[in-house]
Amino acid sequence: MTEFLQQVLNGVSLGAIYALIALGYTMVYGVLRFINFAHSDVFMLGAFVGWAAVERLHLPTRSFGGGLAALALAMAVCAILGVVIEKLAYKPLRNRSTLTVLITAIGVSLLIQNVSQNPTIGFGPNPRAFPELFPARQIHLGGLTVSTNQIVVLAVTVVLLAVLYWIVHRTKTGTAMRALSFNATAASLVGINNDRIISFTFALGSALAGAGGVLYATNYPSIDPLMGTLPGLKAFVAAVLGGIGNLPGAALGGLLIGLVETFVSGTRLSTFRDAIAFAILIAILLFRPAGLLGKLKVEKV
Amino acid sequence: MLEITDLIVSYGAIRALHGISLRVDAGAIVTLIGGNGAGKTTTLRSISGMVRPRSGTIRFDGRDITGLPPHEVVGLGLAHSPEGRMVFANLSVLENLHMGAYLQRDKAWIASELEFVFHMFPRLRERAEQAAGTLSGGEQQMLAIGRALMSRPRFLMLDEPSLGIAPLLVKEIFGRLVELNRDRNLPILLVEQNANLALEVSHFGYVLETGRVILSGPAQELRSNPEVRNAYLGG
Repeated sequence: MTEFLQQVLNGVSLGAIYALIALGYTMVYGVLRFINFAHSDVFMLGAFVGWAAVERLHLPTRSFGGGLAALALAMAVCAILGVVIEKLAYKPLRNRSTLTVLITAIGVSLLIQNVSQNPTIGFGPNPRAFPELFPARQIHLGGLTVSTNQIVVLAVTVVLLAVLYWIVHRTKTGTAMRALSFNATAASLVGINNDRIISFTFALGSALAGAGGVLYATNYPSIDPLMGTLPGLKAFVAAVLGGIGNLPGAALGGLLIGLVETFVSGTRLSTFRDAIAFAILIAILLFRPAGLLGKLKVEKV
Repeated sequence: MLEITDLIVSYGAIRALHGISLRVDAGAIVTLIGGNGAGKTTTLRSISGMVRPRSGTIRFDGRDITGLPPHEVVGLGLAHSPEGRMVFANLSVLENLHMGAYLQRDKAWIASELEFVFHMFPRLRERAEQAAGTLSGGEQQMLAIGRALMSRPRFLMLDEPSLGIAPLLVKEIFGRLVELNRDRNLPILLVEQNANLALEVSHFGYVLETGRVILSGPAQELRSNPEVRNAYLGG
């Protein structure tokens, strides 16, 4: 029983990070109907901003204040990056087919990865040790071991999800996001500047990915320019699992993927821990293509 | 108030409007009638910026608004309630109305206009918290008109407000539109497949055929015109 609870705890804290990344995929899909494959690289850059906050800006390590400051910095930088990527790469393609934008997204992803791997203008290809942002302590509760990093991940995720919910459901800009995702033409007819809302959506999603990058790196403290690929793909699966375009779905999907992956790691099938997400993807596409919380929409041709 | 001159619009290689000219004077209800593909909807879409005309000009209060994007056209006081209603089905009725007032900053005005819309269409007040997608066709049409009013229009465009709606609700909606025009002196440009109804409430009408204005005149005259009677009013 204790081991089961321990695994649930580990799974939830991993899943929380997937949830943060998945929200960005699903929000962008909501307003532009394409998968932003460069999102996983924004996640990676978030981790590098967290690293630079300590190694270059000399923020204090092993402190909650310093850690949260690094987190906030990563979110801000990633928000700006997301907006820049959208303006430069996707906005010129606004009226093109989804496939064009999708391939462009893959191109942007490869570009960011390769520039980052370049030792002169990027970070170089070698992994770097990620500093200990938060005080690392183990807390024993009954038979459970909880690390402060796990508590930070959970607390930060809960706060960010609450803020996101508030923005999307209680503010005018958030309502405009939902309106735009339902019908972009009608949105422009009530005076919504769709380009501004799309930029805002990229900022929001990328900030969450940036936070995810820092939190991921605190738990897996070795970062490199290709580190975004696998968590990014799993978060994408999470978004599809929950129902692409559906925000609670993305959060739920992230948690489920995190839990399943953790439980598989704890069995003799542990070598399949990375494969399981994709098995889930295949299953969901076969049996419930709209996702757990999504509604099936008939594509109008 | 609104003046269109020699408007030409193409969708790809297909020409939808072959040089249309028309005007709507302050305080008037003007209707565009004509069959499918005559260019009625395209004319409204050009005015609100949803399609960019190939040539010609659209002037609103003397200002050239040709080719402005929709969100800027709304800001100038032209509201367009589009074909098919296009309410935000995933938002509540109240949220839809607030989105209508997206560009309005004056909270007191928004509150009083909201009250006005609820008074005009009491069904919307009853369903304020409901998702707009759960409304009937007629209620959605009321919502689309209410949403357009929330943008504080000085000029209202309505595309097929009677389409697919129970006759009783059509009567109610058109009654409200006439009151709106009379009480607020709000000019309305109406596109309507039900030509009888449209000419009954309008002051002036244009008959469109394959992208051209083939006839225009005071609504009363059009109603008694034998050609119009034969082609659009069922003899």
